[in-house]
Amino acid sequence: MSCAQDLARYRALFEPKGVIVAGASSHPGKFGFVAAHNILAHGYAGRVFLTNREGGTILDEQTYRSVDEIPDGAADLVFVCTPPASIPDLLRSCANKGVTAAFVSSAGFGEAGEEGLRAERELASLCDELGILLAGPNGQGIISTPVGLCAQIIAPYPPAGRIAVASQSGGFVQAFLNYARSTGVGVSRAVSAGNSASTSVADYLEYFASDPATDVSLIYVEGLADGRAFFEKARAAAAQKPIVVLKGGITAGGARAAASHTGALATNDRVFDGMCRQAGLSRAATVEEAFEIAASFAAQPLPRGPRVFVLTTAGGWGVITADRISQSRDLQLLPLPADLRAAFDAKLPPRWSRNNPADLAGSETRDTVLECLELAVAHSDVDAVVLLGVGIQSNLGDLERRSRFYPAHGLERIVEYHERQDTRYATAAVELSRKYAKPVLVATELADAQPGNPGIVKLKELGAFAYASSHQAATALEHLFRYRRWRDRRGL
Amino acid sequence: MSPSTSTLSEWESKHRLAAAGIPVAEERLCSSAEEAAIAASELGFPIAVKLCGPAIAHKTERGLVRLGLRDGDAVRTASTELLAAARPEDGRVDLLVARMVAGKRELIAGLATDPTFGRCVMLGIGGIFAEILADVVFRLVPVSRTDAEEMLDDLTHRAWLGPFRGEPAVDRERLVDVLVGLGKVAEEDARVRSIDVNPLIVANGLPIAVDALIEVEG
Repeated sequence: MSCAQDLARYRALFEPKGVIVAGASSHPGKFGFVAAHNILAHGYAGRVFLTNREGGTILDEQTYRSVDEIPDGAADLVFVCTPPASIPDLLRSCANKGVTAAFVSSAGFGEAGEEGLRAERELASLCDELGILLAGPNGQGIISTPVGLCAQIIAPYPPAGRIAVASQSGGFVQAFLNYARSTGVGVSRAVSAGNSASTSVADYLEYFASDPATDVSLIYVEGLADGRAFFEKARAAAAQKPIVVLKGGITAGGARAAASHTGALATNDRVFDGMCRQAGLSRAATVEEAFEIAASFAAQPLPRGPRVFVLTTAGGWGVITADRISQSRDLQLLPLPADLRAAFDAKLPPRWSRNNPADLAGSETRDTVLECLELAVAHSDVDAVVLLGVGIQSNLGDLERRSRFYPAHGLERIVEYHERQDTRYATAAVELSRKYAKPVLVATELADAQPGNPGIVKLKELGAFAYASSHQAATALEHLFRYRRWRDRRGL
Repeated sequence: MSPSTSTLSEWESKHRLAAAGIPVAEERLCSSAEEAAIAASELGFPIAVKLCGPAIAHKTERGLVRLGLRDGDAVRTASTELLAAARPEDGRVDLLVARMVAGKRELIAGLATDPTFGRCVMLGIGGIFAEILADVVFRLVPVSRTDAEEMLDDLTHRAWLGPFRGEPAVDRERLVDVLVGLGKVAEEDARVRSIDVNPLIVANGLPIAVDALIEVEG
């Protein structure tokens, strides 16, 4: 993306003032219906024009027989669902109407053999000629929550947020959007790159880096046509914002018969991994980890250093979390500072662990968890806090609420108290993180086991989320810290 | 090796590395057994003698390396045998006479051309288990000092670079010099396809290139 004109075309793709759905269909089983339906059903505020050769209405909208009937300058994006042979003429008409971006969902191009590949190259050069940014072909669509755009032939429509997704697989766009829905950590833009005839994942990264609606990019890549260009663009984008990468397709490509030992050891996975480290990209090991790291970048400030403090009301979790952090190549379990121990001593009876992990050992009263949490987050030696035990009280409350004795015997009152406490803990985790600009990560199995737990719900409401285990929280923290370190070492 | 590439002689390979700031074992190029014996006595024993020429890539497999030679007679005998082992297709050959470098640890370093990302610098744990451990890390050329420093820390067995059996820790700055230097050799000559520095012996904490081979296009 080299100039203002390019930027304007990306804006047409992600923030169009009007959208043409070319090849809209009245048949609910067809992509031309699904695309039209999804755009119309999700609150997109711009104008939507459906074209259909037969005319008539679709989804209560009067259709146009041809793009030529659409008012000049009313749409800048076309979502194409028509067969490949019809697309060149269609795009010429669209260009005449002021369209500057096209998302081509139609299949039958590069993925369909030699002839398709030729058609794809012609399509790319035609778009160049017409001044149209070409996304796809053979892609599943675009999401842009700031303008309520759901121009895709897959589900779901995610909550609004700060993660931008670009993927070489439409299936992984879908997977990430579903994780966004389940965690509540939302998405700004999403695009299925399809065959990337002229716009690659690296190009989307460049746009996301300059996009005020985006804080972190999340990408899935398999093959890269130009690895060098990817590296250069991704590194420049990573200097602006964090990028999380999921890579598919590990082959032994580099381990071919090579003249040199070095060549024999240069498998494509190892080279890709080194490229990621060099470019400041956070490479995820699994699909769910990829989303979680991106969500962590979106929800948490970067830690200034590697020193982690663990605060728990659930003993075993604290020990396991401390073990995990102690074994990390990047993080450190902070030895409990003397002044912090003294400050905790003043708040707690002597049976607390007097160590990091700080296990409050059931000695907490109404406000001690909150007070100790603030002492820890505020301490100058602490770079990040993992908070364990949120939701435990409401978990008991849930059991009590379902009991035949409820609401008598004081159960109603105590259940309300439990739930209020967890809500307060969740709120404090988020507020203290913001107040002191340090990550505060909540981890509990209740994230999966009891998603309706008031502690979990509160976190979600505040744009944060609970990690289903402390291992996942530690992994996320490692990525946050490594990105911060990558920046610091390069004076960024 | 693909048919469109050739290798530089070990002597020339090492010269290019040394010019890029990579520490290389002290050695002399000699054309006769007598010359080799004199060079050996100047360098100090024990001595390694290798047959060296632009067309010779796999010296060890062909038995063209003699190690641990302890006096002038041994050097003279070995040199005579090596010169006799040369084949007509080897073209011009010389004797490479080097002082043996003693160290308990071996690294492997080099440069490879990746089909997707192009030329990249490698660092790994060397020695006889290098391929089994496969503890290697890569960075794309050009490699900055910061990139190189991070390579050291990315090794799975990074503790291996610490103090070891009475030897000091590996001098990080010197090792960074090696990695940055490998990138420079590639940058200065677009024809360079691969470089093997194997072994890169750690002698008293200092990495020294003991064998090196540069593969170039054409």
